Amino acid sequence: MNGGAKQALRTLVLAAVLWSSPALAVQPDEVLSDPVLEQRARDLSAELRCMVCQNQSIDDSDAELARDLRILVRDRLKAGDDNGQVLDYVVARYGEFVLLKPRFSVRNALLWGTPFVLLLVGGSVIYANARLRKTDGPSALNKDEQARLDQILNGRD
Amino acid sequence: MSIELGHFALVLAFALALVQASVPIIGGQLKNEALMRIGEPAAITGFALVALSFVALTMAYVQSDFSVLNVWENSHSAKPLLFKITGTWGNHEGSMLLWVLILFFFGALVAVFGRNLPLSLRANVLGIQGAIGSAFVLFILATSNPFARLDPAPMQGRDLNPILQDIGLAVHPPMLYLGYVGFSVAFSFAIAALIEGRIDAAWARWVRPWTLAAWLFLTGGIAMGSYWAYYELGWGGFWFWDPVENASLLPWLAGTALLHSALVMEKRSALKIWTVLLAILTFSLSLLGTFLVRSGVLTSVHAFATDPTRGVFILAILMVFIGGSLALFAWRAATLSAGGLFQPVSREGALVLNNLLLTTATATVLIGTLYPLLIEAVTGDKISVGPPFFNLTFGPLFLPLLAIVPFGPLLAWKRGDLAAVAQRLFAAFGIALAAALLIYLVVDRTSVLAALGIGLGVWLVMGALTDLVLKSGLGKVAAPVVLRRLTGLPRSVFGTALAHAGLGLTTIGIVAVTTLETERIVAMQPGDSVELHGYVLRFDNLRPFTGPNYTEDQGNFALSRKTGADLGEIMSSKRFYPARQMPTTEAGIRTLGLSQLYVSLGEKTPSGALIVRVWWKPMVTLIWLGALVMMAGGAVSLLDRRLRVGAPMPRKKPAALPQGGSA
Repeated sequence: MNGGAKQALRTLVLAAVLWSSPALAVQPDEVLSDPVLEQRARDLSAELRCMVCQNQSIDDSDAELARDLRILVRDRLKAGDDNGQVLDYVVARYGEFVLLKPRFSVRNALLWGTPFVLLLVGGSVIYANARLRKTDGPSALNKDEQARLDQILNGRD
Repeated sequence: MSIELGHFALVLAFALALVQASVPIIGGQLKNEALMRIGEPAAITGFALVALSFVALTMAYVQSDFSVLNVWENSHSAKPLLFKITGTWGNHEGSMLLWVLILFFFGALVAVFGRNLPLSLRANVLGIQGAIGSAFVLFILATSNPFARLDPAPMQGRDLNPILQDIGLAVHPPMLYLGYVGFSVAFSFAIAALIEGRIDAAWARWVRPWTLAAWLFLTGGIAMGSYWAYYELGWGGFWFWDPVENASLLPWLAGTALLHSALVMEKRSALKIWTVLLAILTFSLSLLGTFLVRSGVLTSVHAFATDPTRGVFILAILMVFIGGSLALFAWRAATLSAGGLFQPVSREGALVLNNLLLTTATATVLIGTLYPLLIEAVTGDKISVGPPFFNLTFGPLFLPLLAIVPFGPLLAWKRGDLAAVAQRLFAAFGIALAAALLIYLVVDRTSVLAALGIGLGVWLVMGALTDLVLKSGLGKVAAPVVLRRLTGLPRSVFGTALAHAGLGLTTIGIVAVTTLETERIVAMQPGDSVELHGYVLRFDNLRPFTGPNYTEDQGNFALSRKTGADLGEIMSSKRFYPARQMPTTEAGIRTLGLSQLYVSLGEKTPSGALIVRVWWKPMVTLIWLGALVMMAGGAVSLLDRRLRVGAPMPRKKPAALPQGGSA
């Protein structure tokens, strides 16, 4: 992060701390008249982090910055951007930190890969074990065991 | 004076815990009965001492003794009595003391109820409990002392965080900790088994009730926390995939897997090594959760502590216990004999699949929670992992798990017949399908997800009922026989059915509210109305009100049906707590059947209108009712005769040294 962005972030944090009156997330004046566009805006907002909040999306957050971002998202949508372009636009300004769903990238390979790799490895181990059990399972009795069994069974008579 | 007494008692408890951690285990190694027996009185006395210390702190809170730093920082003399008491654990130091109190409580329970355990097993279990206890008491004494004095004593305290001034604080943390810390017993049993190099079905039978009890409380704690966040945070969400929430979900997922694998071990002697590993992992995740929350490494709504020395201390505890136990496991696991054989299609096989999906889901939540920390530590970059990630990964893992749940209890042990089970579930499947169609055709034709999800929930409930119907022979034999069979069934059968049905109810609630919820955001003048889902909400007025330690603006609304039927008032308010200069929202909630209408107030617009946000939350209460049903399942199962009696039967003379156990 460069110095300017750091400074900007610090200002934002300060602004958030000083800002104290509670408001609601989406305000009536933000809502777009086109319901399809508005729904897209809501869906996108749920994927964007409010940078000055503690783990809230801009859709849920009361902060001023979240409001600015919500309006920004709606402006981009009105300008005709598709969802990907809107996200790119926001990321270009605020960094990948704003994405609540990290991108599929090499850096995030471990994050996205773990569930699949684990399921695959776990499944294979279980499968291999099951096959092993089949071949390892109780085999036919050997001669001594058979003799002992006969002895026991005959002993009942 | 009494606060010094509490401090002193805690120091004594530390010394005693050191004795408990060493003497019984040494005794076990030397086969010295007298040394092994030290564990019990040490555990019981240790609990009494920690309880004394906890009471001393609580008294300071009740009396608003601001000469105690911790009380001054977190209390206020005008606070209602209930919040003075619960405020004891509404801060870092006090909540750690509660954590330790519950840990010692479980240690004492093992000492009292574990009389029929083989002596060496009991000695080792209590020894491990003592070790954990001493580490955490030392943590409190060294880094988080709640008994520090303040001189001169201020006249007034700084008050408790207003969000915590709620009945939720009385229930949520104690239940959550009973769950978290309850898993320490399973952990201690696992370590004891590794030390002794012996494990059998009887071991699983001892471990299961402890695990079940911990699971039951953790379920309640998580559900309570979820409901608390839902009504207190003011935007009606019930789960945020917040790191702190994840920290409680992780041991729940692993604990659920443990519960199921311990069942296989008890009934079929299979999955022994895996069960031991799960017992270690579950408590390790509890410890990790404690670290994440208490060290302040996370920035989230729940974290109040930010002091690196604490983080490093807990990290050290974490490394000793998790690292040590896993090393012990790697070293000794091979000495534990592998268990019984089974076909892939069998109850065991189904439970293995359950474990695979649950542990993968656990790992997914774990990596998602820790990844931002990892990336920041390695590259210095900051990334976020939030709800969209978890929905995308956890969902696909959990949905198939839910879909196969009804098959499990119907499959036979060792070798099952999948086709026959599918046939028996035909009716349940039909009803679920009908429910899905009904939702699709009648309620909402735009959301296939809603129809499928609710169908899945109904499938779980019906599957659970099918099990009871089949086991009782309903429809096949005469009614008196059905009744006799039902009463003759082991309680754990009902426990399973209830728990699985509860899971289904929770699923229905989650799916319904996430897919079918409707929302209105409006600016209202007194007299204005808003219409939502066949209801009309009229804004009457905004009135100021003064509470004991806050002021608020109360918005009064009149609710009626569209048809005109009056449904009374809803009050929603915005509070302000002057001591902390903090605002909170108190949502107005009206329960209508299983659904809720949720009203939240916003700011005033320049023209003097009030911004109001109203939600219709369909079937939302099922989320928490389902959790209650799950807990009822756990409780019923806990009362099962097999678990109550314990195995083996108490011997007349418990002199038989290590050859206890039934194998």
